[in-house]
Amino acid sequence: MIGTLRDTYSVAWADIQIVKHLWRQLLLTSLMSPALYLVAFGYGLGRGMTVLGHPYLEFVIPGIISLTTMNTSFNAAGMKLNVDRLFYRSFDEILMSPVSPVSLVLGKSLIGVIRGLGVSLVFVAIGLVVSPITVGPLFIVTLVASCLLFSFLGVLCAMYAKSHQDMATFTSVILTPMTFLGGTFFSLSRIPVWLKVLLNVLPLTHVSACLRAEALGTPFPWSSLLALVAGAAVLFGLCVRVVKRASV
Amino acid sequence: MIVIEDLIHEYGSTRAIDGLSLAVGAGEIFGFLGPNGAGKTTTVRVLTTLTKPTSGKVRLYGVDVLSEPLAVKKHFGVVQQHLSLDRELTARESLEFHARLHRLKKVDREQRIAWLMEYVGLTQYANRLVADMSGGLKRRLQIARALLHGPRLLFLDEPTAGLDAQSRRRLWELIRRMNEDGMTVFLTTHYIEEAESLCNRVGIIDKGKLIALGSPLELRSRLGLFTVETMIDGHMDYAFFADLKTATSYAASRPLQTKTVAVRESNLEDVFVELTGRKVGEEGT
Repeated sequence: MIGTLRDTYSVAWADIQIVKHLWRQLLLTSLMSPALYLVAFGYGLGRGMTVLGHPYLEFVIPGIISLTTMNTSFNAAGMKLNVDRLFYRSFDEILMSPVSPVSLVLGKSLIGVIRGLGVSLVFVAIGLVVSPITVGPLFIVTLVASCLLFSFLGVLCAMYAKSHQDMATFTSVILTPMTFLGGTFFSLSRIPVWLKVLLNVLPLTHVSACLRAEALGTPFPWSSLLALVAGAAVLFGLCVRVVKRASV
Repeated sequence: MIVIEDLIHEYGSTRAIDGLSLAVGAGEIFGFLGPNGAGKTTTVRVLTTLTKPTSGKVRLYGVDVLSEPLAVKKHFGVVQQHLSLDRELTARESLEFHARLHRLKKVDREQRIAWLMEYVGLTQYANRLVADMSGGLKRRLQIARALLHGPRLLFLDEPTAGLDAQSRRRLWELIRRMNEDGMTVFLTTHYIEEAESLCNRVGIIDKGKLIALGSPLELRSRLGLFTVETMIDGHMDYAFFADLKTATSYAASRPLQTKTVAVRESNLEDVFVELTGRKVGEEGT
């Protein structure tokens, strides 16, 4: 167990050094989209609106935070691994080291979790300033679960990608629909049942549901948190399988 | 040390390695010579656990590469053909990262990194970003990285490809020095001069098959140590002789319409051309 954790940190070490070198630039670029969403939807489109009895700004901030965890974690883990595999080819060096596939997957995902959490927490701080949302322990647990899930998804996509264009395709096909349909900007309470069933397949729907419930003080959807944990576990298993196949 | 038995690897319908059997002993600088696409890199990828072959057996230090990949990894270091370095790290960070992956303790890490930086002549570049280093420096950094965990066997896959003449010579000196210090070297190259200059033994591979094996001198001897090149009517012709006297006699007896006559020592290029009908620089597939 200790060996696995040590190897996990070793795999993540290089990515952590790069974040140390470039943290200002990375933070700025990661905060740009959520800040624009906040201005466009929170102050522009949704000004004066109420949703489920709450001002739209209060409603949309948890959605934007869930979106931020998804985008930052997926890109931090997936894009970096994609570049390591196909451009730098430094990923082969990890494959040739005596690190197990489990440590390798955890290590390459860790940077997604670190960056996803870091950027989300900065945005949470902004959210607390502009709106009276509540941030409790389950809010943080959901953030961690979301970052893990989307980091694993990023690693999985990067392992399957045969080109940089493939990663762009994964982003368009997987992340973009979730961005707008994952309960981020509107409530799922008024949509048709068939569509609700469909949208509940998206992990971001559950992240939004959990964060919004905690932020607005409504009953916590434990089933959604369970779905996130289960989803993360499945993706982790798939990642390990793909990494095992990547070498002897 | 390295034992390969009847190795076959196929990419779809293409057979990249075709029944390769080979043994390399401790302390050798073994050259794996062949044109691009001959199967050299695929062989190295199989030997270094990166590619699972279609069939065959591979053992390093008696450890089966296919059934015990984790156990075999401590025995070898690899300098891949592509630079395989994270360009956003410094030289020292690149080495520390590798040392961590190989579970070196902190004291050992620091000592080995300092010593290897000195060994390959990178001490003054320790804090330079990889992105800002020249090709020759990056290659030396790769070699230092490959040696960090103290392997006894070093795979060098086309290590001088893309380097200028001066960097190439410096790298050759380094390879010789490593070998004198006890390192076994498995070197793939398509540079004839490199194989002749560095290697104790050479295996020539073409289209996935080993077509010749021996020391550079043995391989040349089989053909003839001297070559007479003649050009008649725009057509180059080569003849090989065991000694210089016979070669010069032959050259002197060429007909008057011969435009060019040259007598020189034979080389591994001649061996390759005689065996395959092509030059080493031409594509293998």
